[in-house]
Amino acid sequence: MPLTAASPALRDPAWSRRVALLLAAAVLAWPLLVWTEFNPATLADARSLRATWRFVADFVPPRHDLPFLAELLRETWRTVAIATAGLALAWLVAVPFALLSTSRLSLSAVAAPMAWLPALVRQGVRWLLVLLRSIPELVWALVFVRVVGLGPTAGVLAIAITYGGMLGKVYADILESSDPAPTQALLRNGSGRLQALLFGALPECANELVSYTVYRWECAIRSSVVLGFVGAGGLGQLLDSAAKMFAGSEVSAILLVFVGLVWLSDRASALLRKVMA
Amino acid sequence: MSPAPAAIELRALSAPAAPGVPGRALHGLDLRIEAGEQVAVIGASGAGKTSLLMALACAVQPVEGGLSLFGMDPWAIAPAQLRRLRGRLFLAPQVPPLPPRQRVVTAVLAGRLPAMGLVHSLRTLWHPPEAGLAQAALAELGLADKLWQRVDRLSGGERQRVGLARALVSQAELWLVDEPLSALDPTRARGVIDALLGAARRDGRTLVCSLHQVDVARERFPRIVALRGGACVYDGPSAALDDAALRDLYAGEAAPLDPPEPPPRADLLPESMCR
Repeated sequence: MPLTAASPALRDPAWSRRVALLLAAAVLAWPLLVWTEFNPATLADARSLRATWRFVADFVPPRHDLPFLAELLRETWRTVAIATAGLALAWLVAVPFALLSTSRLSLSAVAAPMAWLPALVRQGVRWLLVLLRSIPELVWALVFVRVVGLGPTAGVLAIAITYGGMLGKVYADILESSDPAPTQALLRNGSGRLQALLFGALPECANELVSYTVYRWECAIRSSVVLGFVGAGGLGQLLDSAAKMFAGSEVSAILLVFVGLVWLSDRASALLRKVMA
Repeated sequence: MSPAPAAIELRALSAPAAPGVPGRALHGLDLRIEAGEQVAVIGASGAGKTSLLMALACAVQPVEGGLSLFGMDPWAIAPAQLRRLRGRLFLAPQVPPLPPRQRVVTAVLAGRLPAMGLVHSLRTLWHPPEAGLAQAALAELGLADKLWQRVDRLSGGERQRVGLARALVSQAELWLVDEPLSALDPTRARGVIDALLGAARRDGRTLVCSLHQVDVARERFPRIVALRGGACVYDGPSAALDDAALRDLYAGEAAPLDPPEPPPRADLLPESMCR
């Protein structure tokens, strides 16, 4: 006899829990909207719409005279340099911390639950990474601007520290989400931790690690723009002065460069993944 | 001068199936295997074959009893010594632990990592200087043309043999091989067992191999250890293991032997037991 829809055997045991979770999320989201004074009606206010429209109407055409383009190119290059140098330093910070904190390379966890001392060290490194990335790069930049003065160096250092924390955490998580069998087998048969990483975990994770790093480079570009607002140089500083003078055509030209840079990083990531597949 | 210590000595060993798993998969096992012996471990599914190999590979800590490998208690020595001891043994799991996106040559040579320095390991990743060794091991297992392929391009049976090639190139003195034939057809299976046994005899290595194929175990291995419910029910020369004992061993199992009655003829077994 075929089972009918009402038959108890066909009742999905997970269904009621899913509905309950969805309702709970909706109930929790409501006070959040209230606290953040989220009110879509302000978007339609006639006066602010007029002011916005004047600014936006000025966007077309983007400014494209030669002296401006030369300056734009120079600042674009500076932004790319800040992001790249910052990310390279962040990588140097992240890799040792990621290797120290990932439980995938634990020798003591091969045959038993991890021993307490290694577990404590790993947790300690994780806390350090939390500390590095929980302070926004903007705050680091404000600190470094006082130490090294106005200019790109402050931006590079700010990105290096915050992104070091982010990369380290995510690298460790990526390593931990890979299949444990290859690494475990190597550690069990007497390989060292770095060897187990190179021969067991990296072949599985390399793709994800590279694509996450390229994505973070893209984020570093955006972030270096924000840092430019506090005097770290690059496109951000240019955008800051253009916006303050309501120079819509300059703002739109700068925004177009951002779109181009993000597109570029997207292509680079796709290309790398294709090469490594 | 005292006689050379046994490769393996278990004294009333009880151990769980895997680290952190409650309960015991092995109950009071006594076993002594001399260096250079070749032993097959048989028993129904769940009898504790894999658990025994895991315990021997120092992959799980015993809850009771003693274990000594080459005269050393792995759970009493310093971590650095334990790592050196691990380099002297090699566990080839039933499912080969090979990263899919790795080349066969790298996967095989990973068996030699304990003896390599970090610089040599990096060189092996970049341009393997010992490709010839890997090629020889693969050729013994009938995979001579797969050296430069990627692991994810191989079939299940080919991957299993790559996992065994890794054992062949390793410099371990004790090979612990878990069901090396589970993904192979009967003809191929005999060739693989002969390659393993031949290499072990040639280099004087100790081989402990768990097998579902009772006929292969009886025909090729001089000594058999039979497990049931995590305890040893037979340990001795394979010639003395008769059909009645085998029937007892698998009694209550859903037909590992086909047909269960009358007593199995050894030559009928492989086709039914190869999975």
